[in-house]
Amino acid sequence: MASTPSKPAPTAPAQQGFVFLPLIAGWLIPGAGHFLLRKWGRGALLAVSIVCMFAIGLAMQGKLYSNAHDILEILGLLGDLGSGLLYLVGRAMGLGTDSVQLTVADWGTRFIVVAGLLNVIAAVDAHNLRTGRKS
Amino acid sequence: MFSPSHFTAVLLFGLFASTVFGITQRETPKRMFRYGLYCFCLFVGSAIVLSWVMYLIAR
Repeated sequence: MASTPSKPAPTAPAQQGFVFLPLIAGWLIPGAGHFLLRKWGRGALLAVSIVCMFAIGLAMQGKLYSNAHDILEILGLLGDLGSGLLYLVGRAMGLGTDSVQLTVADWGTRFIVVAGLLNVIAAVDAHNLRTGRKS
Repeated sequence: MFSPSHFTAVLLFGLFASTVFGITQRETPKRMFRYGLYCFCLFVGSAIVLSWVMYLIAR
């Protein structure tokens, strides 16, 4: 008796399309990569954590790096760029332009940089979920 | 302007960073929570220990 060939399992909607979409979306908007993969809870927690960290950094009068004159500023700029649209919108609104004169403002600058780095980690996690390296 | 104390800043930093670490570095919700809690305790604990070390060095 011939066995009927089994149909391949239907691909979930989240697994279709451009493979780097969750990575790019997650970089531009914190948590968006996980939302695209229907990981609502994880995405919401990541978004809240990263956006709050960025906003608290700005509220502490932290600085958004805008130029790259020396190696430390280049590294700070790279960290800030990890926040994606948060950084671009912040720059467009003229936030974080004051020079750092208080200790609290220095901590705020670190908060902003680390928010960007955490966002990169979250975006890479979304990519790993998309490619099946992580479940 | 938001002007927290140094310890409050450490708590906020540890909370947000350990949330992201927990979610991204583990696979099941229970393990995520435990790893996040572990990272938070390490952040806060190391800040307290290093603060005492610096205080004793400065004396």
